[in-house]
Amino acid sequence: MAIVEIRDLIKDYGRLRAVDGITLNIEEGECFGLLGPNGAGKTTVMKMIHCYMPPTSGSIRVFDMDVTKEKSEIKARIGVMPQEENLDPDLSVIENLIVYARYFDIPEKKSIPKAEELLDFVEMTGKRNLKITDLSGGMKRRLLLARAMINDPRILILDEPTIGLDPHTRHSVWEKLDYLRSTGVTLILTTHYMEEAQRLCDRVAIMDSGRTVAIDSPERLIEAYGGSLEDVYLKLTGRPLES
Amino acid sequence: MSILNLQGGPLNLRRAIRVWQRHLTVYTKLYKSSIALNFVEPVLYLAALGLGLGAFVKEIKGMPYINFIAPGIVASSSMFAATYECTYGTYVRMVYQKTFDAILATPVNLDDLLAGELIWGATKSLLYGSIIIFVISLFGLVDSAMIILSIPLLFVSGLIFAEISLIFVAIVPGIDSFNYFYTLFMTPMFLFSGIFFPLDGLPGLVSKIAFFTPLFHLVNICRGLAMGDPGSIKWDVLWIMVVAAIIAPYSFRLMKRRVIK
Repeated sequence: MAIVEIRDLIKDYGRLRAVDGITLNIEEGECFGLLGPNGAGKTTVMKMIHCYMPPTSGSIRVFDMDVTKEKSEIKARIGVMPQEENLDPDLSVIENLIVYARYFDIPEKKSIPKAEELLDFVEMTGKRNLKITDLSGGMKRRLLLARAMINDPRILILDEPTIGLDPHTRHSVWEKLDYLRSTGVTLILTTHYMEEAQRLCDRVAIMDSGRTVAIDSPERLIEAYGGSLEDVYLKLTGRPLES
Repeated sequence: MSILNLQGGPLNLRRAIRVWQRHLTVYTKLYKSSIALNFVEPVLYLAALGLGLGAFVKEIKGMPYINFIAPGIVASSSMFAATYECTYGTYVRMVYQKTFDAILATPVNLDDLLAGELIWGATKSLLYGSIIIFVISLFGLVDSAMIILSIPLLFVSGLIFAEISLIFVAIVPGIDSFNYFYTLFMTPMFLFSGIFFPLDGLPGLVSKIAFFTPLFHLVNICRGLAMGDPGSIKWDVLWIMVVAAIIAPYSFRLMKRRVIK
């Protein structure tokens, strides 16, 4: 049983078809990447997986539950690190985690030690009482990762987890993700960095204009199409990834 | 809650309270500055109009002018507390801070979130109205202790003001459009609700229009109770309860259309 099952998925925004018939499975414990340029439909697929919006047609089952029916039950076991920073600017660093935990019905007796532990994990222990506006871009990304883990999720959804980060911080985020995968958490990420996909993913789906053009491990794709993952993308879609 | 006819799972009150708690947490951090500010304006109205105009207008309906307007100021403070919260406050959380997106990634669904916004708006109505009740009682401007009975009703009318505000949040193209809401809707309602003068002196059309505004009924309620005459307000109480229930589904429906593409 796959942990995420996507069948004939279509999503329209008005007359624009953002996702155009995707079928794929994501297995428990793997790191699965959606790879493609901006506008390929990656974020839209992610938002439907975490029940933010319903598919136009087709289906998504997560933990063998329907994303349009058992939203709260699915979301209780998922962590989401969004592409756009949406930390609560009215709250401090630690309050962001504790208030977020409340949405999961985690009482403060449990959430406070958990929040401290997560701040330690993302190396922000000394920042616990800072305002969000006083954090650097890298610290905000790390806090978003900590917040996504407050409910001990079985699936972690990471939308462009290292976008806009310097190489050092990027490597540090990758190490955290490696660790999480080693604990059995399923990672689903979008990226348009080839290096990131190659470094982290067991399998990638290469997306172009709302469709998947190939789904396989980075190694096998490179073997089949030659060169680097960058070249694979160019050969499959006829254009370079970074645009 | 079944009257709301909500799609995508039933509204969960416990999850709505989680959202309400978030607002309370933020509010208790900032309340000193915001309470002081919300306090100043009503007291200024009371002083300027009650004392200033009251020097010329001796009595209305057998009571000193300042006593006449004091319960109305309870109603208007209560109204503005909910509308500011659920227009600017909600809009900023939804569009600029992306707080909605963050919350919707948790077990809280959009219905729960919207209910939380409404309950919080109504809570602020109750809180700010109660503060003014305390102030006018302190100044001896209230005849009857029955004014206390208006407190739960401030919550009900607060729901109406919050619901109307969410409808505007759902349809405005941008935050500047709230100027239209305040200039064309809130200000006329404030001026012609019977706070400052009885509407019977004006052309009949004015009180006919006023009948369809929630503030008019809330002013009647606060004044009736301040005068110790609960019998006079039963239709106003019924009006706010029925209207709060009628408008709610529209707030939910329009906001859902706005948030979820």
